[in-house]
Amino acid sequence: MDDMPRELSYAQAIQEAMAIAMERDERVFLMGEDIGVYGGAFQVTGDLVERFGTDRVMDTPISELGGAGVAVGAAVTGLRPIFEFQFSDFATLGMEQIVNQAAKMRYMLGGEVSVPVVMRFPAGSGTGAAAQHSQSLEAWLGHVPGLKVIQPATPHDVKGMLLAAIEDPDPVMIFEHKLLYKMKGPVPEGYYTVPIGKAEIRREGNDLTIVATSIMVHKSLEAARELEQEDISVEVIDLRTIRPMDREAVIASVRKTSRLLCVYEGVKTLGVGAEVSAMIAESEAFDYLDAPIMRLGGAETPIPYNPELEKAAVPQVPDIVKAARDLVKGAR
Amino acid sequence: MNKAAKTVGGTSGENRPFIYREYSPEQLKGALRKMYLIRQFEEGAEESYMRGLIHGTMHLSIGQEATAVGVCLPLAEQDQIASTHRGHGHCIAKGAEISRMFAEFFGKTTGYCKGRGGSMHIADVNSGNLGANGIVGGGIPIAVGAALTAKRLKTGNVVISFFGDGANNEGAFHEALNMASLWKLPIVFICENNNYGMSTSVERSTAVKYISERAAGYSMPGVTIDGNVVSEVAEAVHAAVSRARRGDGPTLIEAKTYRHRGHSKSDRNRYRTREEIDDWVTNRDPIKLFEAELKEFGIIDEQGIASIREETKSEIEAGIEFARNSPSPDVVDLERYVYTEPA
Amino acid sequence: MPTEVILPKVDMDMQAGQISRWFFEEGATVKKGDVLFEIETDKAAMEVDAPADGILRDITGEEGVDIPVGRVVAWIFAEGEPYAALQGAAEEAVPALPLMNAGTRHIAAGEEIQPPRSTSATTKVRATPLARRIAKMAAIDITFLKGTGPGGRIGKADVQAAVAARDLLQERVPAAVSTGTGDESTLQLFEEGSYELVPHDSMRKTIARRLVEAKQTIPHFHLRISCRLDTLLVLRQQANNAARMRKSENGEDVPAYKISVNDFAIKALAEAFMDVPDANVSWTEANMVRHRHADIGVAVSVPGGLVTPIVRRAEEKRLSVISNEMRDLASRARSRKLRPEEYKGGTAAVSNLGMYGIEDFSAIINPPHAAILAVGAAEERPIICDGEVESAMMMNVTLAVDHRAIDGAIAAELLAAFKRHIENPLGMLI
Repeated sequence: MDDMPRELSYAQAIQEAMAIAMERDERVFLMGEDIGVYGGAFQVTGDLVERFGTDRVMDTPISELGGAGVAVGAAVTGLRPIFEFQFSDFATLGMEQIVNQAAKMRYMLGGEVSVPVVMRFPAGSGTGAAAQHSQSLEAWLGHVPGLKVIQPATPHDVKGMLLAAIEDPDPVMIFEHKLLYKMKGPVPEGYYTVPIGKAEIRREGNDLTIVATSIMVHKSLEAARELEQEDISVEVIDLRTIRPMDREAVIASVRKTSRLLCVYEGVKTLGVGAEVSAMIAESEAFDYLDAPIMRLGGAETPIPYNPELEKAAVPQVPDIVKAARDLVKGAR
Repeated sequence: MNKAAKTVGGTSGENRPFIYREYSPEQLKGALRKMYLIRQFEEGAEESYMRGLIHGTMHLSIGQEATAVGVCLPLAEQDQIASTHRGHGHCIAKGAEISRMFAEFFGKTTGYCKGRGGSMHIADVNSGNLGANGIVGGGIPIAVGAALTAKRLKTGNVVISFFGDGANNEGAFHEALNMASLWKLPIVFICENNNYGMSTSVERSTAVKYISERAAGYSMPGVTIDGNVVSEVAEAVHAAVSRARRGDGPTLIEAKTYRHRGHSKSDRNRYRTREEIDDWVTNRDPIKLFEAELKEFGIIDEQGIASIREETKSEIEAGIEFARNSPSPDVVDLERYVYTEPA
Repeated sequence: MPTEVILPKVDMDMQAGQISRWFFEEGATVKKGDVLFEIETDKAAMEVDAPADGILRDITGEEGVDIPVGRVVAWIFAEGEPYAALQGAAEEAVPALPLMNAGTRHIAAGEEIQPPRSTSATTKVRATPLARRIAKMAAIDITFLKGTGPGGRIGKADVQAAVAARDLLQERVPAAVSTGTGDESTLQLFEEGSYELVPHDSMRKTIARRLVEAKQTIPHFHLRISCRLDTLLVLRQQANNAARMRKSENGEDVPAYKISVNDFAIKALAEAFMDVPDANVSWTEANMVRHRHADIGVAVSVPGGLVTPIVRRAEEKRLSVISNEMRDLASRARSRKLRPEEYKGGTAAVSNLGMYGIEDFSAIINPPHAAILAVGAAEERPIICDGEVESAMMMNVTLAVDHRAIDGAIAAELLAAFKRHIENPLGMLI
């Protein structure tokens, strides 16, 4: 009788994806700090070490640079590693291997090798972890040709996109917002993939297109529900993939609504929304714009410790509501 | 195990150096041939560069031939190496074709990297060379990853990680050695200590006297050898490779050698003296040392040497010709190879 | 073609100027080089000369008022140049203000819209891309709109409001120019694939425009009379027989003239206008224009449309002259080699469909005329004369008249005069 798919948390969905991948393909294995018996800093890997053993769920020393490099070398020579950075902020330590090696090896070697590595990044603010443990650096990696960068926003998508990422022959960077780990949602059983490079329209509307990523998708949906009371009809697009970006979906939507608001947590300047805005301004959607393109992004500051300041440093629902209203009512 | 090994003289049986006991005369002549190939390749590349045929810069390994060839002698074909920015010699020693190397330096599509990589990223995946690397220390963790694959997939392969004295102070070096030792991976770390990290001498950069001392910090055997003596290099590597293949883990080998040319084509050699360079060039040339031994042990005579030299010279000339006549990539293909094409 | 008199730029950085004094009045004759008016500038009064000889008309440049540089302030009509109302003249002349025409010279309905390119008319206006797009498609000149967005920015809503206002206006006042909307709904009435779309050329567009304007603004009424041609036909034959032979361009022997029935019609109409000068008029809002001459336009069918070359001062010309002129005009009309002054203007027109066998028809008046005569076929018909039935060559003509300019009795007199000349053609030969 009950045909509803069962619900899993975002973290559980990731674990399930990795377990399925490891069962299907013995080349797949996990690397990271404290992912074994500890279960991972955010309990994502959980009891996978008991099911698959320490050879396939490898605790590494605190060596992001070396560890990322080991993952690259393993991927080049025939394994399929999934490397977990404990916090996305630590990508900085591994940047050499991510940007100079993983992203470029295939190209520099004229296509003689592929680098099928997946790297996972728990990201974002709201846990009081402050400046060095709360960043959103997807724009940095999105800037690098040779990488693919994804930001699933729902448990359904994170499982499907992670499975797609593991199968992808090229390096895929997945940014997971920490505040989403406990969010529950319907997740089908068994193996399925969600394509990398395709955005999803979460809510249809006619007056304004909001392009959002990660947790901002949920905030935008909440804002859209509020705006409905004022007869403002908002279309919310979950971008899902930063590189390669689904330009067509955004262009089609802006042609319909004539207005664009980008909402993202990364610092506003030079962030993901800056790319979306410029892309639309260059595209055929330009002729359909009836208002300036607007962005809501993270403040120009490191993430503060104090909880009120921490909230104020990233877009919140009231900010989205106000920006949307201003755009639609012609106040901007 | 921290003593510098010494060349053993003598002409008969057990007293002869390792390689004359271990390898056939054909193999030994082949080793000399390889050294000449490397030497002449480097000189040919240098001349082409000076004629304006090569873009960018180059890091020549003239003077370091014994290390490259000595390391690769004990290796099986499917064993892998990860190389450095000074990697032409490694590439040739591991079995690459001269013509395709020149083609790559000339930026042509017939090059090993289809003209996309150039000197600093030269690779020959089919003969086990995972590539030269433009980042100091960049290839070391990658080599460890390759060794992890070898252990995980039980291929029996051993991986050689080449790096220079400069890299031994990079964080990546330390992280990689630690993990390799921790996980007992089948890898041999070869430090080609040519005394200078670009312009900074080892004395001015490294807190320990012998880089092989680092090994103790990572619980692996470490040894310093004369990197200009083929037999010493081969012997040390042979032992380390056997150890790795047995599953006993990594070894750190410090091969002391010297580069005759500057760091790159822009180096004015202001950080070392003329006398020092001349001394190494005249008295410690690894090819001359090897030839003396080969003649001493009756493996080859002067004529044979001369004929090898001629042969390799022709191969170099043919390689350059091939490169000149090869096509350049089409600009239309600029974005090819960034991602793997969908199947 | 009238010459425009503009307010010239006489100073660096000058955007506008004021005419402090006109030295001539409306209708005055001027010579090229005469000082027409003075401009007040920061420095001193500048004299502005007449650019051509002629009659100064339509002085729109008021004294003491800021006028933008380059704007037309008056026109000079050459001697004898037909004077048409300012609107009509402005249409033909080079527009002084590109702004004026940017919106009204619009795209035909159904034309492919390209992304807007910056034009001199629209770059300085603050408008959203969507507003520009809609304005272009609806043939609205965006520079005339007031925006309600921040900083006066024009948005989609502003353009839509303008479109709605214009639609309302067009319902009340027939527009001079059709905007041609509704193409799509028209096409939907036809079966797909059952038609082919042929784009309009400029002649077709002009015909459509002018005739819609005529029908929408001129109150037409029609009078009909039949003329007996027997005498005319005999006279025509005699006249043509008397023609001397001459050498043509190809070296052939051709008659010096060959008069047609239509040539007689042209002459007869011209004479009729001389008999009834009250009918020889054109309507303008301000005045009735009483023509001194009869410049008769003659409709000529050309491939793809029709052109109306003009026989000027037809009342003064002999029939043979009219005939040869018509031959030449018609031939050049067909090969599109007419000069504008040969088909623009005129005081009245004749249209003849007799060669197709049409018995009678009504034609549409061509502005700025007040009348057009539609001539039918010459046919043998039975008539009653003095109580007896006889057969006669009869021809029906229908006169369409602008009731603003010509009332019924005058029109009747004109038509009667025409008939009299046709039926007593010898008078036209004198």
